[in-house]
Amino acid sequence: MAPDTGTAEASPPTRGGELAADTPDAVLGGRSRPPQPLRDKDTWARALRKDWRLYTFLILPIIYLLIFRYTPMAGNVVAFRRFRPGSSMFGDEWVGLYYFQAFIQDPKFWEVFLNTVILGALTLIVVFPLPIVLALMLNELRSRRFKKFAQTITYLPHFMSMVIVAGFVFELTAVNGTINQVVSGLGNDPIPFMQKAEWFRQIYVSSEIWQTVGFGTILYLAALTTIDDQLYEAARIDGANRWQQTWHITLPGIRPTIVVLLILNIGTFMAVGFEKVLLLYNPLTYPTADVIATYLYRVGINSGSFSYAAAIGLFEAVIGLVLVLSANLIAKRTVGASLW
Amino acid sequence: MVTTDVVPDISRVRDVPRTVKDTASYRVFRVVNVTVLVIVCAVTLYPFVNLAAKAFSSQGYIMAGQVNLWPRGFNLTTLDWLAHQERFWTGYGNTIIQTVGGTTIAMVLTTTMAYALAKKHLKGRGIVIGMVVVTMFFNGGLIPNYLLITNLGFKNTVWAIIVPNAISAFNLLVMKAFFENFPAELEEAAAIDGMTTYGIFFRIVLPLSKAVIATMILFYAVFFWNSWFPAMLYLSDADLQPVTLYLRNLLAGASGAGREAGMEEVQIGSNLKAVTMLLTVVPIIAVYPFVQKYFVTGVMLGSVKG
Repeated sequence: MAPDTGTAEASPPTRGGELAADTPDAVLGGRSRPPQPLRDKDTWARALRKDWRLYTFLILPIIYLLIFRYTPMAGNVVAFRRFRPGSSMFGDEWVGLYYFQAFIQDPKFWEVFLNTVILGALTLIVVFPLPIVLALMLNELRSRRFKKFAQTITYLPHFMSMVIVAGFVFELTAVNGTINQVVSGLGNDPIPFMQKAEWFRQIYVSSEIWQTVGFGTILYLAALTTIDDQLYEAARIDGANRWQQTWHITLPGIRPTIVVLLILNIGTFMAVGFEKVLLLYNPLTYPTADVIATYLYRVGINSGSFSYAAAIGLFEAVIGLVLVLSANLIAKRTVGASLW
Repeated sequence: MVTTDVVPDISRVRDVPRTVKDTASYRVFRVVNVTVLVIVCAVTLYPFVNLAAKAFSSQGYIMAGQVNLWPRGFNLTTLDWLAHQERFWTGYGNTIIQTVGGTTIAMVLTTTMAYALAKKHLKGRGIVIGMVVVTMFFNGGLIPNYLLITNLGFKNTVWAIIVPNAISAFNLLVMKAFFENFPAELEEAAAIDGMTTYGIFFRIVLPLSKAVIATMILFYAVFFWNSWFPAMLYLSDADLQPVTLYLRNLLAGASGAGREAGMEEVQIGSNLKAVTMLLTVVPIIAVYPFVQKYFVTGVMLGSVKG
């Protein structure tokens, strides 16, 4: 037994006797002085001695996090310092907000900023509600086998590499692809969709729907299973029809899930599918397709203006953070559900 | 075996008492509902079917816009040609190496870290968990990461792909939650028998956690298998590039050439592109039906605790 001095006073007399035998000082000291705080013995030295094997499990992961997660975070300081090739990755001359001002005055600023906001907003407005609808539809099925089948099929695109998804988009929108066959069938000329800036957003959003909606139902379906069947029974007895049951029981039942996922989605609002845009766009579609992340990529990686590109990235990250914090706050105030 | 039974069965259909008759409008709704879902499934599958049809069609029919659901002008020469392309198989080999290597490193770090952090009495646990959670909301961003990897000398080495993505905070928290629910009596009994933490972890905990380990392996493996962008950033040496990047270069090259040389050029490689894509997706489609349930379980485990 390893007695703690702090608990000695509160111990029943019999245990006090034990303690006295073990560590007489503890009891004597406990009488004459205020009780020593627990942490007197709960020190790091003691924790390390007791759990050193567990701590060895943490050594590599912590080193990993420090190098590959926290060093890049600190590395953002390069946005405030001029980077010279061959010099420190943190830059070597303080220039303050110079690169941020340069970005805001960049002729491309408004184009990439608006494209980012528009693509983000379209994704949020069009794509976000669809998994809820699909989950509700799946929930009305009475055949377990068909439900399983539909789930298996609709989850599949989630597992495709972004390159494959882009390949599908190129194939389907090609001049002789399926979509253009429909266009020609209706008596119109084929449209080179991928070369037309005015089609980029529709194509982007459609491919997002194809790729994400099925897998997005999982959390809603999980939430749906937690709704108590007795609620539906009670509603039926009260004469509620299926629509009323959906409206008054099902939707409120999954509301917390909706809110949490909405906040998370707003958080990624600015980080619109960078990889997808990078694969799908080309100079002809820049006017609608070029987003902050792709511009940053060209400025930084292609042109080597690392400090400037880092400033653009930080600008985007700060907006994203502000968005998720405000969404969380609004959700907390209005519907009482939030991430933290 | 300790299972992941805590997650609900989302394929379950709700029991509706047979005594309750549906109203006429609800019967109509059910027919519409099933029809729409069948259409959704068809639309989801269509790109795959179209891809297979194009892969086995002759280029002439594809260019004439006559290939949709079924191959026309049956053609295996492209498949044969690609099957003899060394570059393609090098890419495949690299994909496998990077998937196995990346998943192994990630699993070692994630499992050990999750196990240690699942011990509620561990001093300093809160700080380390905080360190992990922060990485869910902040990351260094493209440029600082690029500079770091370059400075470490990882460029044109496989390390640039398999090391920087080793710990996913989401996966870590899922595993931690799983280990926290691991029956403490088993570990205590082993400790009384004189086993050390290492013995308990390797001989008691890991063998009983196969379900969650399989799930995590799949999450990481799919990530590495599908990844292409880090390879484009860091691997300019074609002998190291994964098959996804091979495919990406094929797609980009063809459409880039098409812009300069007019519309017709875009389609030259359509059959070849289809064959390459097909060979890239076939392994995933082949294993997908068997592993799908693990992903669903994993996502839900994450939501329970996340």
